[in-house]
Amino acid sequence: MKKVNLEVNGKKISKEVADHTVLSVFLREVLNLTGTHVGCDTSQCGACVVHVDGKSIKSCTALAADLDGSKVTTIEGLVKNGKMHPMQEAFKKEHGLQCGFCTPGMVMSAIDLLNHKKNPSDKEIRDWLEGNICRCTGYQNIVAAVKEAATKM
Amino acid sequence: MASLVGSRVERKEDKKLLTGRGKYTADVTFAHQTYAYFVRSPHARAQLKNVDISKAEKASGVVAVLTGKDIANDKIGGLIAGWRIKSEDGSDMKVPAHPPLANESVNYVGDHVAVVIAESLDEARNAAELVKVDYKILKAVVKTDKAMDSESIYKDIPKNLCFDWLLGDRAKTQEAFDKADKIIKIDLINNRLIPNAMEPRAANADYNPSTEEITLYTTSQNPHLARIIISAFNGVAPENKLRVIAPDVGGGFGSKIYPYAEEVVCSWASKKIERPVKWVADRTESFLSDCHGRDHVTHAELAVKNDGTFLGFKNETIANLGAYASVFGTVTPTYLFGPCATGVYKMPAAYSNVKAVFTNTAPVDAYRGAGRPEATYTIETLVEKAARELGMDPAEIRMKNFPTEFPFQQTLVHSVDSGDYNAGLKKAMEVGDYKGFEARKKESESKGKLRGVGFCSYFEACGIAPSAVVMSLGCGIGLWESAEVRFNPTGNVTVFTGSHSHGQGHDTTFAQIAADRLGVPLENIEISHGDTDKGPFGYGTYGSRSLTVGGTAIVKACDKIVAKGKKVAAKMLEVNESDVEFKDGEFIVAKSNQKKTIGEVAFACYLPGTYGEVKSPLPEGEEPGLKETSFFDPGNFSFPAGSHICEVEVDPDTGNTEVVKYTAVDDFGTIINPLIVEGQVHGGLAQGIGQALYENCHYDDTGQLVTASYMDYTMPRADNFPEFNLGFTCTPATSNPLGTKGCGEAGAIAAPPAVMNAVMNAVGTEVSMPATAEKVWKACQKMNKSNSKAA
Repeated sequence: MKKVNLEVNGKKISKEVADHTVLSVFLREVLNLTGTHVGCDTSQCGACVVHVDGKSIKSCTALAADLDGSKVTTIEGLVKNGKMHPMQEAFKKEHGLQCGFCTPGMVMSAIDLLNHKKNPSDKEIRDWLEGNICRCTGYQNIVAAVKEAATKM
Repeated sequence: MASLVGSRVERKEDKKLLTGRGKYTADVTFAHQTYAYFVRSPHARAQLKNVDISKAEKASGVVAVLTGKDIANDKIGGLIAGWRIKSEDGSDMKVPAHPPLANESVNYVGDHVAVVIAESLDEARNAAELVKVDYKILKAVVKTDKAMDSESIYKDIPKNLCFDWLLGDRAKTQEAFDKADKIIKIDLINNRLIPNAMEPRAANADYNPSTEEITLYTTSQNPHLARIIISAFNGVAPENKLRVIAPDVGGGFGSKIYPYAEEVVCSWASKKIERPVKWVADRTESFLSDCHGRDHVTHAELAVKNDGTFLGFKNETIANLGAYASVFGTVTPTYLFGPCATGVYKMPAAYSNVKAVFTNTAPVDAYRGAGRPEATYTIETLVEKAARELGMDPAEIRMKNFPTEFPFQQTLVHSVDSGDYNAGLKKAMEVGDYKGFEARKKESESKGKLRGVGFCSYFEACGIAPSAVVMSLGCGIGLWESAEVRFNPTGNVTVFTGSHSHGQGHDTTFAQIAADRLGVPLENIEISHGDTDKGPFGYGTYGSRSLTVGGTAIVKACDKIVAKGKKVAAKMLEVNESDVEFKDGEFIVAKSNQKKTIGEVAFACYLPGTYGEVKSPLPEGEEPGLKETSFFDPGNFSFPAGSHICEVEVDPDTGNTEVVKYTAVDDFGTIINPLIVEGQVHGGLAQGIGQALYENCHYDDTGQLVTASYMDYTMPRADNFPEFNLGFTCTPATSNPLGTKGCGEAGAIAAPPAVMNAVMNAVGTEVSMPATAEKVWKACQKMNKSNSKAA
């Protein structure tokens, strides 16, 4: 067990965690932040993407015990003053989600793309999202949503 | 008030899903929760000699370890096949017993041997390692086309043959073939797929010793069906003591239509230990134990005249059912497949013969399209080959054989109520700029690439289904759908539907329908589904049925509301009921312009009396309240249809194949929400293209699943697709008042042949699905050799 101090969605958290607890499990089971989803066990699907210190990572492959002192943002942390983030708004407008299971990871990953590149091309968006699997949308409206968000962010 | 039907309304369900407030089964945790981990067979076929749980029972945190013996002692029934198929000789299908936990034998890798229940998942998983199972390993039957020649897996099922089914007339078809100028033949494999909804299956059963009721949260497309099966067949609890809730569900694609062993075991175990039992599949468990899709080996023939007229069609298929007959496993390769065998064409004679076999692989059941993609792949590959052999344009040969008069009675089964196949194909050629193909091909060639174009014209039988028809064909249930429309006293509305949304957007589409019918703002309508304790019994979501069958039930319930509302409004306005009209949420007397809003009428229905200013008498004989139920049973299937054109670019040096242009023109009848419908098409196309180019479930010769993770099973990614071009035509369905036909499966049905015909066109020789770089490269090498020989 190790004590970790984290800032999660702007709140300071101090918890004892087992050495083998991955961040996705810590978020879901310790903090009850169930918006971060787990869709595989090989770090392939991307449903669990969150931001650690502003960068997108797959939370199933980070140990919570390693993240002492980090700032973590999950899908629940994007809403500010009751307003959705422009990326969330864009996904809604463009119908960039269906069952919603991959969506939190997809949104977190897409925000990181726009942090890196303001106006990505279709190809750049598709290449960036290669690590996030969606089974419902055929990706077309996700690409449209990212482009829409790029005009607002 | 502007009509909402036909509008691109943004989805009501999105906000919760986008902000992490969705509630999926894995997100549900009860007080005093226990966690289940299943001990699964590592062998494809073995006798269970002994299951020793003594060490596991003593491990840290373990609450219970249960085996097939326990489940047999408690007389818990087996999993069922929901559709009884008869062989051509009239005999009943043969199915093996399928206990939720194996007792005597295991029959595929992943089959359920025991369950360990512990205080934490880690403890359950660790203790599962301590369960010692003594297996006597037997030779596995794996390959679809070898199953009938292999040792019988079950002693009372010779040749591993479940049934040998025939649809159509062999003699008449042979007569047609005897008159043919040319017979086109193909041998095809419809590759086995793993559905891969992004949310792994999960169950959390909570037994309440006080009420003796089990509440089961589960990842289901069909919670009512889960309840009746777990009650009536597995005998875990009476129906009135079992509540099944399918909360937010992360995709299904057919794989979550019916309950699996895990739901039965968790429910039973929860009652046994009097604590909630939670199980969440990891992805490898999903690969191993979710029902798979497709897996056909087919020989088919098309008899044609030299002018391209089709005379007859023969189909001989071996369909793999896997180790057990799953709930819709037997109907998928028969009544969902056979009737669609002749495609969209006039086909004077035809038959389809299907031999369904058991193998030591995971059960095979419905996967997006279910039977119709397999049928469409066969006929559309044949038709394109016929065009090549006759030197005709692929569009020309199709148009020559399209029916032009509707209703169109097909030779095999269906009477297709409506359609305009010529219009669809013409529009696809326009939208996809078919004329410009040769120029694009030259451009590709200048980059050293081969470019090919492929067509697919398809129809599908959806809106599943008229109960009388399906029950006469062996279905163990009716397939109507229910709706309850409940006006709350303050004027807002809750609509209960027996169908289930797991991505399809029912919360929005159904609210659009009810809003239009009732004249109530969209935001005042709540769609409720997925909880057997809330709405009436229903049949869930699959077979592109929800809108066509479930949506119609909503329309009919709304119409009953309006009918009662008219009576009440007439009494309130002191006029004759015949003088009252209903429009845009108001009951109006045209001649006096008196009116009552539907909200006022609803309020009156709940307060039948006089109280101060409120004077709201109900007409004599009318009960208070405003709530109506409808059970809609369709008179016919619905028949979406369309034409898709795909262009691929092949790199002959690497075999890499890319879909570079894809045009889909579909006729779904009336479209309620184009935004949602387009999304359904995109998703279907991705799965169809996935089958054609990327996805393949592979078992090795010993029955080990080689493709059991995302490292090994190729899931289509964002960079695998171009932007799809969509177009629509519309001939409204005549079998339901909305005119809708269904849209969820079209892409997965039409895309595989469109893509594969394009690959064939590019490479010049047949390639099997999935057309991986390796296969396509080999095909290119073969063509190079034969071309240089010819030179």
